[in-house]
Formats: sequence, C-alpha cells, structure tokens
Amino acid sequence: MKNKLILIFIVVSFALASCQAKSIPTDEPVTLTVMTHDSFAASADVIAAFEQANNVKLVFLKSGDAGAALNRAILSKGSPQADVLYGVDNTLLSRALDEGIYESYESPLLAKIPTEFKMDASNSALPVDYGDVCINYDKAFFAAHNLAIPQTLTDLTEPKYKGLLVVENPTNSSTGLAFLFATIAEYGAEGYIAYWQQLKENGLVIVNDWNTAYYTNFSASSGHGPQPMALSYASSPPVEVIYAATPLDDAPTASLVGKNMCFRQIEFVGILKGTQHRELAEKFVDFMLSVQFQEDMPLQMFMYPVNPDASLPDVFIKYTQTPDHPATLDPAVIAANRDQWLNDWTEAILH
Amino acid sequence: MSANGKSGRLGRTLLWLIPLAFLAAFFFLPLGKILATAARSALENELGLSSFKQALSPLWFTTWQAALSTVLTLLLGLPSAYLYSHYRFRGKRLMRTLTTLPFILPTVVAVAGFTALLGPRGLLNLGLMKLFGLDQPPIMFMNTLWGILLVHVFYNTTIVLRVVGSAWSQLDPRWEQTARMLGASKRQALREVTLPLLRPSILAATLLVFLFDFTSFGVILMVGGPYFSTLEVAIYQQTMSLFNLPLAGILAVVQLLCTFVITWIYSKINGIRRVPLMPRLEGEILRQARSLKEKVALCGMNSLLALLLVAPMLALVLRSFLRLAADQGNRGSFTPGFTLQYYTQLFVNSNQSIFYVPPVSAALNSLLFALLTVVFSLVLGTLTVYAIFHNQRSQRWLDVLITLPLGASAVTLGLGFVITFNRAPLNVRHFPLLIPIAHALVATPFVVRSLQPALNSIPTSLRQAASVLGASPVNVWRKVDRPLLRRPMLVAAIFAFTISLGEFGATSFLARPETPTLPVAIYRYISMPGELNYGQALAMSTLLLVLCGLSIYLLEKLQPEGMNEI
Amino acid sequence: MNKLEVVNIQKEYEGSPLLKGISFEVNTGEVLCLLGRSGSGKSTLLRIIAGIEDCEGGQVLWNHEDMAAVPTHLRRFGLMFQDYALFPHLDVHDNVAFGLKTQGQNKQTIEQKVSAALEQVNLAGFARRSVTDLSGGEQQRVALARALAPEPRLLMLDEPLAALDRALRAQLQEELRQVLHHAGIPSIYVTHDQDEALALGDRIALLNEGQIVQIGSPEEVYRHPRSEWVARFLGMENIFEGKIIRLNPLTVSTGFGELEVANKDNKRLNIGDVVKVVLLSKDAEISDAKKKGTLLTVIESVFKGDHYRTVGKNDKGEKLVINLKFKTHPNEKIKVDLEATNPRILV
Repeated sequence: MKNKLILIFIVVSFALASCQAKSIPTDEPVTLTVMTHDSFAASADVIAAFEQANNVKLVFLKSGDAGAALNRAILSKGSPQADVLYGVDNTLLSRALDEGIYESYESPLLAKIPTEFKMDASNSALPVDYGDVCINYDKAFFAAHNLAIPQTLTDLTEPKYKGLLVVENPTNSSTGLAFLFATIAEYGAEGYIAYWQQLKENGLVIVNDWNTAYYTNFSASSGHGPQPMALSYASSPPVEVIYAATPLDDAPTASLVGKNMCFRQIEFVGILKGTQHRELAEKFVDFMLSVQFQEDMPLQMFMYPVNPDASLPDVFIKYTQTPDHPATLDPAVIAANRDQWLNDWTEAILH
Repeated sequence: MSANGKSGRLGRTLLWLIPLAFLAAFFFLPLGKILATAARSALENELGLSSFKQALSPLWFTTWQAALSTVLTLLLGLPSAYLYSHYRFRGKRLMRTLTTLPFILPTVVAVAGFTALLGPRGLLNLGLMKLFGLDQPPIMFMNTLWGILLVHVFYNTTIVLRVVGSAWSQLDPRWEQTARMLGASKRQALREVTLPLLRPSILAATLLVFLFDFTSFGVILMVGGPYFSTLEVAIYQQTMSLFNLPLAGILAVVQLLCTFVITWIYSKINGIRRVPLMPRLEGEILRQARSLKEKVALCGMNSLLALLLVAPMLALVLRSFLRLAADQGNRGSFTPGFTLQYYTQLFVNSNQSIFYVPPVSAALNSLLFALLTVVFSLVLGTLTVYAIFHNQRSQRWLDVLITLPLGASAVTLGLGFVITFNRAPLNVRHFPLLIPIAHALVATPFVVRSLQPALNSIPTSLRQAASVLGASPVNVWRKVDRPLLRRPMLVAAIFAFTISLGEFGATSFLARPETPTLPVAIYRYISMPGELNYGQALAMSTLLLVLCGLSIYLLEKLQPEGMNEI
Repeated sequence: MNKLEVVNIQKEYEGSPLLKGISFEVNTGEVLCLLGRSGSGKSTLLRIIAGIEDCEGGQVLWNHEDMAAVPTHLRRFGLMFQDYALFPHLDVHDNVAFGLKTQGQNKQTIEQKVSAALEQVNLAGFARRSVTDLSGGEQQRVALARALAPEPRLLMLDEPLAALDRALRAQLQEELRQVLHHAGIPSIYVTHDQDEALALGDRIALLNEGQIVQIGSPEEVYRHPRSEWVARFLGMENIFEGKIIRLNPLTVSTGFGELEVANKDNKRLNIGDVVKVVLLSKDAEISDAKKKGTLLTVIESVFKGDHYRTVGKNDKGEKLVINLKFKTHPNEKIKVDLEATNPRILV
C-alpha cells in the first residue's frame, strides 16, 4: 500500500512538473527575455508596472556571475537565448563588444547620463548602474586600537596594518579583479607587481571569493573573522545597516576612499543581436534608464544609479563614502591586457 | 530474463539501449558540442598539443589530494561501517541520518559551519586562546590542505558508511566463524576472509569517493583558497574568468580521460571474480554491545563521527538561532541572544523583490526535483546493472560510460547544456525536467555502484529455483531479485535523493529564477552583506537539513516489514 | 587421554528455552552421535561448544579446564558446518591450508599437510580447483580436509552428509568412520538420521525438547529405548498398550495377541499393570495356521527392495507395521507371528 501511495505521488509530481512547462505563448502578451547575472533584482511592482504598460511578460534568465552570463551570450551568439543582456561590466565590456553580441540602440535617455559612465561610443552597451569596489574597514576595531585609517594604497603596506587586510583572488572574483585594476591604475603596469609583493610581505590574506573574504575573514560581518579590512563594495556599509538584526544608529563599517583605492564598476545593458522583439527591447532599455527603475535599484541590487535624476535612499546617502578619485581604466586597455596581467599576477603572487 | 525468444532478446537489448540513449542525449551531446566549440577555437588560435602540458600541474595535485582524501575517508568510514552493521544501539537511526546530511550541504554553508567550529573565531580557537592565553588563533583551517581533506571527509564518509555497511550487514557471519574455528584471530579473520568478501562494495565506495574528491570544486575553491588549484578549479578559471575556452576544453578532456581510466581499472578489478554469497536477512547479525571493549569502541567511533560530521552542522544550526552582537570595539567578545528572527524573515519579502523565494516554494521545488531524480536514476541504474550482469564482457564499457558524468567538469557540462538545450521546446523554461535529468546523470553511477555488488552476489540457484517453481522471468525478478535488492536500492535512492537536494552547480546553470531550489536560494542570501541575510542563509540551510533528514527518515521507513534497520 | 565435558548447558532462543541443561562427555577416540529433530538445538549446541555462540548457563570443560576463558580461535576445536561454508574466494588448497596458516606453520609444512589431508579424503590433485565448481560430495570432502588439517583437539560435524544422495552418503559414511577413528580425537557427530548414527557412533545421545533423553551405545539405546519418543525416533513404529497377565514368563495381553516380553530392567511389575509395549523390530512372518499368531487385515503393502512394508489392522482398528517377505493385498486377512519382533516394555 505504501509503495502504491509513493507511485501515485510520483506520477502526480510528474504531471505537475510538466504542467509548469507552459506551451510557448502564441497569444498576448508577448514575452521578452532578459538575460542577467545572478545579482539582478527589482521590485515586483516596478516590474509589474512595466509589464502592464507595455503588455509584455518579462522572463529573467539568471546566468551566473557577469563573466558566466557573458560566456553564455557569446556561446549562443548565433541563436540568442534572450532579447536583452544586462550585467556586463566595464572589465568585460571590450570583450562583449568585440564579439559583437549587441545591437546598437541610442536611447533618448542617454542624453541625461553623465559622460563618465558612457564607455561605448556605438551605444551598443548602455550604462545602467555603477558601484565602487572598495576596501571596507571595521570602525570599532580601528577605534579600539587607535589605528589611523589608511589614506592611500601605499599606506596599506605599513607594518601597523600587517595581517589586517583580506582581498579576493582576481582570477576568480570580480571584486578582486577590480582591485587589481585599481592598483594598476595607481602604480602602472610596470609597478603593480612590486606593490603586491609588498602587500604580501605585510601579511596580505588572499582568498578565492567574496563570500569567504566577507563572512569568514572580515571582523565586522556576521562571520566575525580576524581581518578588520576586507575588499567589498562601497554599498556594503549601508546594506549592513539595512539588514542589521537589531536597528543600528551607525554603520559598523565604512570604505577606504583614498585616491585610486576604489575601482569604479559600471554595469551595462544591451539589446542582443538577432532579437525578435526589437521594439520591446528598446522599451525595456529605456525603462532601465528611467528614474523609476533607477531609484528602485539601490535597495534591490545595492548599486548606484547613473541617472542623475534618480534620488538615493537616505541610508545610502548617509553611509556611503564616495571616492573623489575612483580608479578607472580604459576598457580597451583592459581587454588587451587582462589575461596577461592575471597570469603575471598569479605567477608572482601565488607561486 | 528468459534466454530464448524474441521478447527476451528485445528485453536484453533495451537493457543497455535505454541508458545508452540517455547518456548520448544528455551527456555526450552537450559535452561534445562544447568541446567542439573549444576545439574550433583552439584551431583558430593554433593551440597545439603542447597545451596539454598545462594540465600536468593541476592534474598532479588533483590526483594526490583526491587519493589522500579517499584514504582518510576510508579510515573513518570502514570501522564505522563495521560497527553500524554489527551492533544495535540507542540513537542509531538518528546518527545514520545525521551522517548522511553533510552530503547535501552546499559548500558555502558547510564552510560557514566549519568556520563556526574551526575558524579564526570559531569555538575551538576561542577555547584554546582562552586556555593558553594566546592572542592569535592557533588553528588555521581555511586556506590549508588539511582543511580541504577535512571537509572532503565530512562530505563523503556517508558513502562508505552506507555502501559498505549495507553489504557488511548482509554478509554471512559464518565465514568469519569458520575462520575463527580454524584458528584465525578476529583480526586475521577480518583480513583473510571478511575484507576479501567485502571487496566489491569497498571498491565501489572507494571509486565513488575518489571521483567526488577528484572533481571537487567548491571545497577546493573556498576552503583551499588561491594557493590550491585542481583541474576543476582551473577549468572554471579558464572558462569564466580568462575566457580561454580552448584551454578549458583541454583540461576538461584530461579530466574526462582520467575518469575513464580510473573507472576502467575499477571495472577490471571488480569483474575478475563474481563471488556468489548468500545474502543474509537484515538484522540477523545485529546485537547489543556487551563487553567493555565493544562499548568503548562504539562510543569512541560515534563520538568521532559526531565530532567530524555532526558538529559543523550543529554549529550552523545553532548559529541560525543566535544574534551575535559584537561588543563595540572589543574584538572577540560577543553577547549572544537567542532569536527566531532569521526564520521569520525568510517568509518576508522585505524589499518586495520580484525574485523573492518563499522558503516553502523553494523546499517544494527541491523536493520535487529530488523525487524525480530518484525515479530517473533508479530506473536507469537498474537497467544498467542488469545489462552488465547479463553480458559481462561487452557491457563493461556501459559501466564505465555511465560513471563518466561523475568525472566530467560541471562547468563544462553546464555550458554544454546551455548551448544544446537553448531552443524551445527543449530549453529549461519549457522542459523543467532537464534539472532532474542533470541530477540523474550524477546520481545514476551511485545507483549502479550500490546495486552491482548486491546483484552479483545473488546465487543463480535462487533464480533457478524460482524458475523451476513456475515463476516467469518477470516474476523471478519480483520474487527473488527485488527483495534481495531492496536494501541496496534503498541506499541508492537515498543517495540520489541527497545528491539532487544539495546539487548546486548544474542547477544554477539550468534553474529558472521563479523556481529556485533551496541551495540556490541559500547562495543568494549568503552573497549579500548584512546580518539578516547571513542569518537567513543559515536558517534556510537548517530548513534544508531538516527537510533532508525527515525525507531520509521516511525513505528508510519504506523497508519491508520484519526487517530490522541496521 | 582427552575429554570434553559439557555440563548443564542452558540456552534461550527468542525468550523461550532451547537447551534446558545438556550434560555429556566425549573421550579420546570416541564418536558421539547427537541425534535429534531439526530445530532441536543440535547445531546451536555445537556452536556453544565451539565458542561462537554464548549460552545462558553451564560450562564447557576440556580436560577439566573451563573453556569460558578461551576465545574461539584458541580452542582448537574443529567444526564442519552443514553446508560446508567453504571460502568462496579461495581455492581448494587455500581453504584447506587456512587453519595451518593461522597456526603460523611454514610453507613446506603447510604443503605437506595439505597434500596429506587431500589424500586422506580422496581429493588428491584437486588443490587448485575453485570450490564453487565442485560437486556436493567433493565440497564435503574439502570441508572435512579443512577441518582435519590443523589437527584439532576435538572435531564436531554438523549433519555433514545431509545434502548428499544415498549411495554417496553410504560411501562417505564409511570413509568418515575410518577417518574419525584414524584421527583418534573425540568427535561429535550431529545428525537427524538414525541409520547414520548407528553406523558412525560409539555412543548415541538423543536430544528432545532441550534435554538429552537417552545416551548410550547404539545397542543399548536400540534395545532399551527409555521413552516412546526415543523409540519412535529410532524408527520403531509399533507402540501400543497392553495389560500384564503373567509374570513368568512376562506376558502382556495386547490388541495384537499375548506377547512374551523380555524385560531386563527388573522393574517391579504386577499382574494387571497397564504398560506400553514397543516392538523393537518389524520383522514378522506369516504364521502357520496351526501356530499361534496375530490376525490382521492388510491395509497396504509397499515394496521396499528386500521386504514389503505392510500395514495391517486388528479387529479393533489398531494399526501394526511389519516387514513381510511377500506381497499382500488390501483387505486380505493374514496371520502373523510376532515373536521375532522383540517386544519390550517401555518404562
């Protein structure tokens, strides 16, 4: 009897599972497929508003981190799996453009966006948001030990900060890669290896991914690790406040925003070449650049809007440290040297 | 199975045709496509065979860390298997379920548990620091080799415990008794008689553990850190970060070749002798521990298992109920408070995200995929073992082929899936069965390894007796094979279930965001800063553990009446 | 002179008593046959003596030394299992050599002893054969060789011939008897076949309901069965009631006529006592019309090779089983002489 029950359960599950496979909708509304990285998030009502206004059903294809998503888009170039790709950032931009996966679209909203964010003259990839990859530090630790806050990258090599910094491996982590670029922006392609070697002599801890760095090594996170400085995002301090278990009156962390200490990551959206729904895709891109979406973004994706008309939530304004001189590198330069730099760095630092 | 008649022959053909077709469609095809893409790219960039040299260094490390991990796992698992198959004790079923749970834990969560125990601020280090007045944590667990080994043992001990334990509990005790009567001490009897007779299942468990360690990814990445690189990690880096698909393809081929060789060797060793053993009834050799030596051994082994396997999970479960507020400015001292906050938050869509996952949905999705995986892999696995059984020589390649997915790079296969199954109606949106199919690719080798030793040891005389008594081939299977295979099938089903429940790699490639599984949802929470997110990740992990534990418990209740549990 | 003593062994099986106090002894050169029904605990008793099973009470003594302190593998008692339990992963040679290896003997000695053992059981040349290929008789011989090779102090055989055909059994019984007596060590031979016990045992012990109900030489046991159960177990089918009518010669009046009973037990019997009579043998003859005899109506007559097993009944309907030299037909009325059946009073 038991076995029969289980059999019935299995058959029903089968049926349910297949039911979820709806037939390709041929009737209205039309489906627009948006490929994104895993961190993409948006409010349900903001999305719903767009869907209703345009009589469209949005389907999101989450495809791993930015690199994985790009890989996927490139591999399926001939027959794209989506209409729009969001999430390629400035470290990957050139590669995406070289592979020609986008179709150009000059959105009317582009006019509003500051030039510093526009990295593609052909407007195939349009900027949507940015975030600064910065070293976060544990305020309580620094106060308790009467440590001065590092003001420059070079400061980090001082003995008083020995063993206090954890960063991610640039080969595996986009934050680590961003920091690597920051050091290259500061010390140049000739000098950055020497800098890293100094960091290493000063007890630099390198881990493979952000999770480990933040939750195993960082002292100010819930992991209560040993290092009071960890490579993360400028948005991490406000997020700590928003998602605190008990209400906090101050952020437990802050970012180090000296010159070239932060690297500016800009994320782009583009219409995928070969889309069948060009008009709707255009509308979606406009939507992503619109104030409504841009204002929704910080609390969903913890990234900052490129549209100057969009206002930031208070908690972000209060607890974000904005760097005056964020590190930037020309995407073309990145594309040309990325692999070489990674291999050199791995050779010198990890071996 | 009847040897004559067209239906007999057709039946025999289907036995190996169906699993082969499955493999062709869902393994070789995607793999072939991605490797072809890599090859094309390689030709364009004129990468020659010299690139294979790049695989040597990661291959060497991959192999010896897997071998060492396997040896350690056997060291813990074999004595445990012995004790669990011979003795009854209170809390046995609980312990057995608990030791299986590590298998389903996503690496990111396992690391959290181990960190709570062994991390720089973990229980052990804090205790030692207080005891000896140190100001630096003496035990380094992260970014070390022994960290990798430890977590591998944590994950894979259950394989040895179940596969070998199940066979041991059905081993006729009279072999050992005869040996002892002939003057063999307990140790001699074990060495000369018992272990050789258990060899098929020990080899099977060793193969599975080794392949898992060989293709280990999350553990090497997170626990090992940047100074350790295996083939799988290198493939990931080359693909995702360096966009060097040709090199990644080469590494993937090397990994596949190694798996092929290892499985072929195993198959040869295994096939040399089929020893017919009359399997005993479950529970026939179970008894209470009587002597002091036995009690101490049981106690000691269980303590060790509890320490290595249960404690990390317990640590993260506990952590999911604690609010640790760091005292301002004082590193190392916290005031813990009990809270259910993380659990209640799970049910709240705090920022109205469209991708919010109600935990119940995620749990149901996970369960559904797991059950489907069990069905698929049991069917495929059973067909495979019977195909091999009926024609040992030429079907051995089927055995090797069906095990290959275990050694294939998850990254490569995932990408292969992406480019193969990207058009409706064969894409994931319209064919969600792709996910349990992907899981079944990994689970089926487990089923085969669990069933094969058992099937090979059913004496032919039993089947012949049934036949003579009038049972048709189907009835012979129903009346003779199936009851004798019930226990190994249960073991196999539990493995398939837990593999699916905890699977993260393939699922993340294939999952639709509207129906994520629990591990995918957990990963989402833990990838964001904030105490609430961290806590919710742990809370959801606890739910995953509880869900799995209950399921295993129920699955084990499916044992037929009158059979005691081991 | 070596002696195994089993004193008051008690064993419980699933809550109820299986062995209720078994005591006996076996001496050097003696073969004790343990006879009993299937499930009576004979195999369990062997295992208790071997030390592979525990008991709830009692002692096993070897030359007055309590074996409780000695673990199985040091007792040097040989046990041959019912289904031989040959190690499937070893060939014949390695199976036989197993006990010698554990004793730590050197290679040469082992080779010698294995050859000798295989010769003794007529399996010379089988050394490298796989045990799973052997016939039943060959397996049994390998098992015996294996048990004997390490020269055990005591040999126990658990229904070793049960699985073989009659001709093979007869042949092997003979061989076994020679081997056992040649070995000269005390042996316990368990069987449920009374013919086998008769053929092999120097003494027979009958086990029923957890107790030894009778123990003695085959002649003793056969000629003086102590209970109805023993008589029936030994194959005596004719047991019925009667009344003593004369004391000298002791005569009992039964449904089958007045029978002269030889009773050497010297029990105090009185005229008029109701006793149970057992016919030790079934051999009977058709009697002359003039001589005394028992009137029977034939129910059936079955050919058994050298006699006809005939079932007849008296006018009261009580049945009698006798072996006649001729065939008779159902409903035929015959008169049989029961003198040769050796009636005896059961005490």
